[in-house]
Amino acid sequence: MSPYHRLLPVLTGLLFIVIWYAVHFSLSTEERYLLPRPDAVIAAFRTEGDILWSATLNTALGAFAGFGGAVVISFAGALLLSLSTLVRASLYPFLMILQMIPIIVLAPILILWSGPGFLSVTIITFLICFFPMVVNTTQGLISTDRNLVDLFRMSRAARWQEIFLLRVPSALPYFFTGLRIAATLAPIGAIVGDIYAGNSAGGRGGLGFQTIIFSAQFKIPALFATAFASCLLGFVFVGTVVALQWRLMHKWHDSFHRSDS
Amino acid sequence: MSLPPSTVEFRHAGKRYGDGPQVLDDFSLTASPADFISLIGPSGCGKSTLLRLISGLSPLTSGELLVDGHPPELAARELAYVFQEPTLLPWLTVSRNVETVMRLRGVPAAERKATRDRILSLVRLDNLHNRYPRQLSGGQKMRVSLARALTLAPRLLLLDEPFGALDEMTRDHLNEELLAIREQQRWTTFFVTHSVAEAVFLSNRVIVMANNPGQIHREIPVPFPYPRTEDTRQSSDYHRLVAEVSALLRSVERTSA
Repeated sequence: MSPYHRLLPVLTGLLFIVIWYAVHFSLSTEERYLLPRPDAVIAAFRTEGDILWSATLNTALGAFAGFGGAVVISFAGALLLSLSTLVRASLYPFLMILQMIPIIVLAPILILWSGPGFLSVTIITFLICFFPMVVNTTQGLISTDRNLVDLFRMSRAARWQEIFLLRVPSALPYFFTGLRIAATLAPIGAIVGDIYAGNSAGGRGGLGFQTIIFSAQFKIPALFATAFASCLLGFVFVGTVVALQWRLMHKWHDSFHRSDS
Repeated sequence: MSLPPSTVEFRHAGKRYGDGPQVLDDFSLTASPADFISLIGPSGCGKSTLLRLISGLSPLTSGELLVDGHPPELAARELAYVFQEPTLLPWLTVSRNVETVMRLRGVPAAERKATRDRILSLVRLDNLHNRYPRQLSGGQKMRVSLARALTLAPRLLLLDEPFGALDEMTRDHLNEELLAIREQQRWTTFFVTHSVAEAVFLSNRVIVMANNPGQIHREIPVPFPYPRTEDTRQSSDYHRLVAEVSALLRSVERTSA
């Protein structure tokens, strides 16, 4: 990539801000509150800074716990599912069902079971992250090159060797596909969870809770600031996953080596 | 060298997959130690199936197959298989790929390393130890695959069209190298190929097969002495034999079409 390519996102960003100002000033004076100016949003970051920071941390914590739990359990689940078509046939429909229950419906049940707060938010995040990861990882574990499996069998490899020296590493690209999807979903899951099953007592509120407060207070620049804080949190999650993937795969995987075309 | 190359004996062997057609029917063939047998024939004649049967990956449906006097799944596993594709682990370096089979068999690290270095120089890849498969050419990948197969000093070597995807120059070079290595390590070899020239150059016995069901059409002995070199390829005897086998193969393919 040439240095000019790296500048492109900066240019689109600047253009975006210019358009933003233009739209703001094209509105009639009475309507301008609907789209606060960018500098007003930045000002909101300053005035509401402490609240936003602690809300972001709380949401990050819930997102991280749910995401981490989903990584561990989906990996174990994928190993189980990869064992046989029989296991897959008997469990897949229930995974689908789990994925299809809307969080809004689940939230009151969760609140009954574990009360509003961190645990419920974590469980909601977990549920949102789990499905894409377990499906992708399973697909990876069962897509191993047939010849390599034969090679391992002819070499009298033990079952655990076939799984951990062959199937798991060849599933890595699939695993990361799931992980990237889950990383974008984790902060969203934690925010939605916070709205429906959060607990704000003692400064435990997250970004979802703050959204409700700011909108009740009609602090529109602060709402925009909350949205940006959520974006930043998402970037941190996805960025970490991308960095980890680069670390583990850039030496050998073709996707990190573009051809000239 | 410890044990001599393997003996392989097919007695009226037959194979079908499930309810499918008979892939192999009444196939009888005895490979003596150090035989280099090439299998050539139209697609679907069961050449690759033969290799899978010998490897013990797939059972016979009728008849008998003995490797060193035992059923293939019980035979001592001094057997190596080279696939049509290089079949390397893309996340491992050349060194680690070559060590894979030894690692699975529990060969100690020091011995692994010594064998790996020796074999890699045998296939002339000494300077590529730390490359990853994606950084190699097709010919280099195939050399790594061959090197990995040779690490256990096999007594029986099964090659399923290993050089089929390579250009002719590379293929000729690898053919010569394979025979050169064979002077140092002795194996009984089954070699599946679509190239008559390759089959005649490498083997002491060429088996032309017919399909539907897979059977031996004709066996042609190749009398040229080893070691064979580029000079063998220039000789008129060689060209005459290649022409003869090609004609045979064409006649089989005509009747099977």
